[in-house]
Amino acid sequence: MTSDIKILVVDANPIRAAIIEEGLREAGFSAIVQVSETKGLVAAIGQHDPDVVVIDLENPSRDALADMFQVSRHVRRPITMFVDQSDAGQIEAAVEAGVSAYIVDGLRKERLKPILQTCISRFNAFAKLREELDEARSQLDERKLIDRAKGIVMRLKGLGEDEAYALMRRTAMNEKRKLADIARSIITAAEVLK
Amino acid sequence: MTLRLRIGFLPLVDAALLVAAADTGIAEAHGLSLELLRDVSWSNLRDRLHVRLLDAAHMLAPAAIASTLGIGGVTAPMVAPILLNLNGNALTVSARRFEEMARVAQGDLADPAVSAQALATLVSARKASGLPPLAFAAVFGFSCHTYLLRDWMALAGVRLGEDARLEIVPPVRTVEALASGEVDGFCAGAPWNTLAVEAGVGAILHCGVDLMPDLPEKVLAWRADDVERRGEAVARLNAALIEASRWVSDEANWPSLAGLLAAPDRLAAPAALIEAVLRGDIVQGGGRPLRQVPSYIRFDAAAIRPDPAHADRLLAAMARAGQVLVTLDLTERARAVFRPLVAEATQMKF
Repeated sequence: MTSDIKILVVDANPIRAAIIEEGLREAGFSAIVQVSETKGLVAAIGQHDPDVVVIDLENPSRDALADMFQVSRHVRRPITMFVDQSDAGQIEAAVEAGVSAYIVDGLRKERLKPILQTCISRFNAFAKLREELDEARSQLDERKLIDRAKGIVMRLKGLGEDEAYALMRRTAMNEKRKLADIARSIITAAEVLK
Repeated sequence: MTLRLRIGFLPLVDAALLVAAADTGIAEAHGLSLELLRDVSWSNLRDRLHVRLLDAAHMLAPAAIASTLGIGGVTAPMVAPILLNLNGNALTVSARRFEEMARVAQGDLADPAVSAQALATLVSARKASGLPPLAFAAVFGFSCHTYLLRDWMALAGVRLGEDARLEIVPPVRTVEALASGEVDGFCAGAPWNTLAVEAGVGAILHCGVDLMPDLPEKVLAWRADDVERRGEAVARLNAALIEASRWVSDEANWPSLAGLLAAPDRLAAPAALIEAVLRGDIVQGGGRPLRQVPSYIRFDAAAIRPDPAHADRLLAAMARAGQVLVTLDLTERARAVFRPLVAEATQMKF
């Protein structure tokens, strides 16, 4: 079953926008338009006449969007998701996930629910993905630091690779510090003493 | 026991009392640990306050009223047990429009009646030659910026929204929007006007205090029901902000305050520029000298006392801008936003 509800997704992050669109399609919504910039937003709203507008909270143009709804002749009077206070839990989940939605007055509020639910779970999934990516990146950075420090230890102490690594591990354990911290100290010291 | 409070703010000089309370140890002395969270839009602050991701928020006084009354599609009742400042805005036009206005001005452009008349001349000249209407930006629909722009233009019969377009542009984008010609002028808080002048793209026409003196600009907003429920937290924060107001009002502290505000997780703007704003030393641009503006922005104890009369003044401005039809009931509810109930209950000294 597909729905005829038109959804405009305003998201500066094209990857997240794609993930949201995919989720909405899976949930049976097919009339989806993506806008990444707020500059063309008035035109997009006029052209597509959406029933629902979804926007990410990181977008500083959210205030402009809200105002556009006040004055735009292109749209019937829209309202934000929390005029209806009946589902406080979902509203809270949306704000926490970093997404807000505007629905055109007249659209039954229960029809917003599955849309918002999809956006919330996709936003959360994207945040988790980004977190994992950041973590992977910082692990890679730490790996590089440790390798560099190991090289310094090998050179200065005339040790083999495994011995140098073991020495750093031991130091970290004795000082109850992370191996990457020890590596950072070694690199700093080596630079100061150069 | 120390109370932890999360307070949202936008990077503007008028977050000064919050930053001073959080970063100088004033809050701790009042049994508070403040976590200041920088945000990107007023809508976000309102929503995060509403779902209690924030305990309190830096808020435009008219937005607190609109949100309480439910105009603008959202009903999220707020109470402001204290203000954060009066004044602090300025009206900036692009360097090009300033030159044009200077050419047609009949008198001193520093006089709002003269500058509004010069604008009217530009507006009709553009209409006559088929040029698109001029566009002015405010940072939020329900804001003193909108009303300052509207009432200034009205001095010469120019209607904002009809003869000149109103665009909503987030503060961080004002300078860029002016430089690119997307807008011809804007009204915003500090430091955006001086940043536009320093960047050589704009000239300050008037400061807010020239047009509507002592206009309530930002408030500290709580959820209306929390103000009743969390009296102790509200009282402690009020006390901390009153002490911060004393510290901020002492000229000797301006260099340190500017340094605190300049920090990357606060305003991330040059300290020297912020200090100049605190001193009221306003660069004007357009080949004019530095102007000393007393009360450019007010943080003193008298300024931050909540007063129901503020609601009357703002409602009247909202009505002139066509945002609301004032009724007796609406007036009562708007006045309740500035009800200094906590201050009264705890016999707080402003």
